[in-house]
Amino acid sequence: MPKLKISLLTGRTIDQGKGKEMGKLSKEYLDSVMICQMDPNDMKFLGVKENTNVKVATEFGSVVLKAVKSARAPHPKVVFIPYGPWANLIMNPKTHGTGMPSFKGIPAEIEPTPNEKVLSLQELLNQFHKEEHP
Amino acid sequence: MTVITGVTCPVCGTFCDDIEVVVKDNVITDVRNACAMGAAKFLSYSAHRGLKPLIRKNGELVEASIDEAVGKAAKILADATYPILYGWSSTSCEATRVGLELAEEVGGVIDNTSTVCHGPSILSMHDIGISSCTLGQLRHRADLIFYWASNPWSAHPRHLERYTMFSEGRFQKSTWRGYLSHLRGIVSRKRLQRAANLVLRRDVPTPPEVERRLPYSMSQKKRKMVVVDVRKTRTAEAADYFIQVEPNKDYELLQAFRMLIRDEELDVDEVAGVPVEILEEVADIMVGCELGVLFFGVGLTMSEGKLRNIDAALSLTRDLNLRTKFVIMPMRGHFNVTGANVVSTWQTGYPYAVDFSHGYPRYNPGETSVVDILSRDEADAGLVIASDPVAHFPRTAAQNLVKNPLIAIDPEVTPTTLMADVVFPTAFVGIETEGTAYRMDHVPLPLKKVVEPPKTCLPDQEILQRILSQVRKLRRNQD
Repeated sequence: MPKLKISLLTGRTIDQGKGKEMGKLSKEYLDSVMICQMDPNDMKFLGVKENTNVKVATEFGSVVLKAVKSARAPHPKVVFIPYGPWANLIMNPKTHGTGMPSFKGIPAEIEPTPNEKVLSLQELLNQFHKEEHP
Repeated sequence: MTVITGVTCPVCGTFCDDIEVVVKDNVITDVRNACAMGAAKFLSYSAHRGLKPLIRKNGELVEASIDEAVGKAAKILADATYPILYGWSSTSCEATRVGLELAEEVGGVIDNTSTVCHGPSILSMHDIGISSCTLGQLRHRADLIFYWASNPWSAHPRHLERYTMFSEGRFQKSTWRGYLSHLRGIVSRKRLQRAANLVLRRDVPTPPEVERRLPYSMSQKKRKMVVVDVRKTRTAEAADYFIQVEPNKDYELLQAFRMLIRDEELDVDEVAGVPVEILEEVADIMVGCELGVLFFGVGLTMSEGKLRNIDAALSLTRDLNLRTKFVIMPMRGHFNVTGANVVSTWQTGYPYAVDFSHGYPRYNPGETSVVDILSRDEADAGLVIASDPVAHFPRTAAQNLVKNPLIAIDPEVTPTTLMADVVFPTAFVGIETEGTAYRMDHVPLPLKKVVEPPKTCLPDQEILQRILSQVRKLRRNQD
């Protein structure tokens, strides 16, 4: 499978903003944040079609998302993920003494993974270890 | 049916105050003047809300009475040695005031969402200072608008309409008509490109070359907008000129502008992927404006350089004031994140990341900021209010937050409330309860109550006040 080294951005989209106000469990919100927007030329390079699952990996972890064609192209080798529980699994937690982790411009690698599924919110939360506090 | 006018919108930092809400039988049936986010909030706020307090028992969240939940929350905080109290940007100043009292009582760390938003901007303002003004001044007078690393079209949808390009000011006219013809041009160009792609059997468009000349509209004597961003956002499409900067290169570009407005030469062909001749022309326009403003977003604070990017932006504005009048303003995200900073500052002396563990307030972002404390796994309990850190913190920080006893105070069901040990569903501030919030330009405005909340949903400050009283009772008993 081809792989591509990219710069990863996260940010607000109007669909994510609208979705979060409709409720964090609403279909509108979940559909708006489990995606990554890619440059069409990059999608062609990877052989990825609209809504194909791709794995985005940084040195802090990896996550499977749906690839969608960016309406804001061209931005070669720049992939955009809306803010949300999926994006934050792979963000850089280091704050360099400022209190602020890095949410934009993170080096990452992307590859098509049509056979791996995107985790649901519950599956994603189940990955957290919760201790019992009587 | 009642129409309530002059309602403030409890969503983004633009904090629009011209919303009209139609209420029938205690239900909001229509909302006018709001953007997509505001309308979604007013019309769908109750679709995914909690109604009863919840307590985790044997791994499951089960319903409990308010007194029982308050008792459990107070015990968690009273037993903890280093609890964190986080959120505050989407609640009222009144709730934040009680929260600060609670943080002092339990000797914890109180931090608001600016820590992962414009926190670096605040740090930079400590160092450099800021020349700013209210949005009303800009609406009437600003003739050059910069949006740097900010996409108001998506994050602050009515910012352009109310305060900048599309607002009808006393001395500056709206550029709405010009934008419509510009938009028609963009649509026609896209259609032509699609047709060309079909004829030439190209399935994807080829990237256009960087324009090496400024468009005609940049030389006209009218209000102008320049967008600087790493990708061509919708705001960028609406701009007179868009500068596409390479990711993590904002600092270089800002410093290049500083050199140019001081009439210094740049010995390179391009900076951060932008040709120097373009930068020279833009710098001339900056110097030649009557009142310019640089709105900057979290694209500067969240990428490499962080507070140093803001240092450069604030210094650029300071330098520009040697030649003309220029101001700068951060595009604050939540409707009351500015209020959270303001209340924290007047109560403790510090705007965020305030540590009470020594018995007096200490402030040292990087050490006392919540992501660092969680990454180092130092906290032993958490209280989260009106925020969703489980969805928005990096994985290690979120993991260390949820493994400890966690109290969530939020009107909505969120990933954080799903992982909490005690959950208080509260009344929606600005819809079901009143309060005060600060707009991004530090103007305080009232939050209105337009409908009655369910009986089991109390306002945030009342829940906090009850927890505080219970904590004090427990501590007295311990003594």
